Amino acid sequence: MSDSTADKLAQKTPRRVARKIKGLSDRAIAWLFVGPTIFLLLAVNIFPLLWTINLSFTNFKANRINREVKYIGLRNYERILGDSDIWLSMQATAHFLFWTLFFQVLIGFALAWLINRKFRGNDLWTTIIVLPMMLSPAVVGNFWTFLYQPQIGLFNYIITFFTGADPSSFEMLGSVDLAPWAIVIVDTWMWTPFVMLICLAGLRSIPDYIYEAAEIDRASKLRQFFTITIPMVLPFLMLAILFRGIENFKMFDLVVQLTGGGPGSITEMASINLKREAFEKWRTGYSSAFAIILFVTVFGLASIYVKALNKVKER
Amino acid sequence: MKHLKIASVGVLSLAAATMSAATKAEDLTLCWAAWDPANALVELSKDFESASGHTMNFEFVPWPNFADRMLNELNSGGKLCDLLIGDSQWIGGGAENGHYVKLNDFFDAEGISMDDFAPATVYAYSTWPKGTPNYYALPAMGDANGWFYRKDWFERDDIKAAYKEATGQELGEPKSQKELLQIAQFFQEREIDGKTVYGAAIFTERGSEGITMGATSALYPWGFKYENTPGEYDMEGAVNSAEAVEALEFYKEFYKTATPPGYTNSYMGESLDAFKSGQVAMAMNWFAFFPGLYADPDTGGDKIDFFVNPPQNQEGSTLGGQGISVVSYSDKKEASLEYIKWFSDPEVQAKWWSMGGYSAHNSVLQGDTFKDSAPFAADFLLAMDNVQDFWQEPAYAELLLAMQKRVHDFVVADQGTAQEALDKLIEDWTEVFEDEGKL
Repeated sequence: MSDSTADKLAQKTPRRVARKIKGLSDRAIAWLFVGPTIFLLLAVNIFPLLWTINLSFTNFKANRINREVKYIGLRNYERILGDSDIWLSMQATAHFLFWTLFFQVLIGFALAWLINRKFRGNDLWTTIIVLPMMLSPAVVGNFWTFLYQPQIGLFNYIITFFTGADPSSFEMLGSVDLAPWAIVIVDTWMWTPFVMLICLAGLRSIPDYIYEAAEIDRASKLRQFFTITIPMVLPFLMLAILFRGIENFKMFDLVVQLTGGGPGSITEMASINLKREAFEKWRTGYSSAFAIILFVTVFGLASIYVKALNKVKER
Repeated sequence: MKHLKIASVGVLSLAAATMSAATKAEDLTLCWAAWDPANALVELSKDFESASGHTMNFEFVPWPNFADRMLNELNSGGKLCDLLIGDSQWIGGGAENGHYVKLNDFFDAEGISMDDFAPATVYAYSTWPKGTPNYYALPAMGDANGWFYRKDWFERDDIKAAYKEATGQELGEPKSQKELLQIAQFFQEREIDGKTVYGAAIFTERGSEGITMGATSALYPWGFKYENTPGEYDMEGAVNSAEAVEALEFYKEFYKTATPPGYTNSYMGESLDAFKSGQVAMAMNWFAFFPGLYADPDTGGDKIDFFVNPPQNQEGSTLGGQGISVVSYSDKKEASLEYIKWFSDPEVQAKWWSMGGYSAHNSVLQGDTFKDSAPFAADFLLAMDNVQDFWQEPAYAELLLAMQKRVHDFVVADQGTAQEALDKLIEDWTEVFEDEGKL
């Protein structure tokens, strides 16, 4: 008899249980193990999803439980898709999504490329760069609100230092033109390190012998970059874009802290709008329909993207 | 007289003690917003504890989260609060959704008369449907939006002379909304004691109720009405009347030309901060804060004075304040009702006012010494005579958020015109009332 830990543990199985399990097939035992997980998944994910779909066809309001609930067909969906305010919030989300991904990929990759080179203090710089993503979004939102303050904020002071403009003459969070960029800057500051880390993993996974072979073939540095570095880091980069894209599509906390969706509704993302409809206006049926639309949008886009990612990996 | 008062407090305490002997001692929780008057209520409630044997606990939530937190609590049938001092606009939802205990039978049994309280507060804080004798709260804290200013600056000869030169008028408490703006513009970016100061702090907050409470302080004096005929929900021509459009344009001009930079999302806290830091010459805020402002060692006392929201086409102030209700999900309703009975007593109400709470009891408000009891007392009475409140419908949250959006879009974010903002507001509100089955 073997004396391995697994065997010892197996021997400790109570006889009564062992007798019961004895007659079970491997398949049954497998179900026994995954059953609780599947039950949990159904209870906390699938059932709420189905329930939300059901609610989306009603006029239900969670704060009016005594009111008769009526099935109103696709009316909630029609109202949402025909509501110009909803489209404005989708536009704000798209603006935020596109520009944050653009800057984070650009700067994140550049930082990873620099950090990947061996130099003194390399580790220290890596630690310093990743600090922002370790902070809570609520804290980041709060202190950037102070940094953006027109009279005492450091951000306005720095702009003034370089441009000579009066610091009180522009308001990053209060101006319709600047507020969408103010939130892009903060998100980029906070999450670029995440993209950098993933790119760094990609860069470090490229074997040195590929570059050595390219050197022997007298490929220029630029050519090496475009034919070796970029294609081999691309799957990592695409993964980073997927993670950040999903996160930023549902962005809520940071923007609420910074602008609360304002000025007016300029930075009111889809998620903020959804929260207002669901938990401030208590239009449960309507907000369920909105949630389903957002879910389908994210799920659809992510599925297409994952397929593209797999193709890139296969190459 | 003094002996009589002491004797009556003694009798009241004895009565409360007798009542408490009949019911077991309970741990009661009272929920309210976290602000100065709440601290005063904690002190005041110690009298109730010693007289009744019950223990009072308090759950105070900061204003920006107060509505969210408490309405969630009520909607989920939570038992956190036995007593709730809820905002006036919640009364419709509280009554129709069964969150609040109807108090009529209790008032009749205990001899509590609503005629003993200021009519405006009974109408706003207690009744649903509006104005009917169906009571769901006892007026607890009268309040309205008012103004305060740097009296020491207004009295300085150099500033008075500069104002006279700039406007041809004497500098003093404004007698109209337009004069208010003129004074605020005069102070905007003015150098005082080597420091740049600004006109006024007004409400521009987007998330909860801020900008609506601020803008209505201009809309009401211009003659804004929610309906042409009360109870008919006929808003066209009332909500978007020429006067309403002019008032909203006025508020935007005020925001653009007479407020500190970066003042895009500001409410009570920011208004107090701006004033106390010496940044602004004037500020709007709720009367509830005035005792604290007067007591402030840096900008209170001789340096501050108060005035009621100035009229334009008519008098008008935005109503604040709350009534105290018994939450229907509480397991301690008897003890909670005891608290309300105790709180309704004129002696307790007098003490409430002396500690910084705004009593709505006639015996306090109509007392001989009331007007002189604080520098803002007379203004408070004036304001309460002309208050107007927002919709108090069960769907008030939807109605409020719609107005927050439309007004903020126009005033702060420069989207569209005042006419368009109010037209869209009618569309939003119509949709809400259609959903409610009222249109």
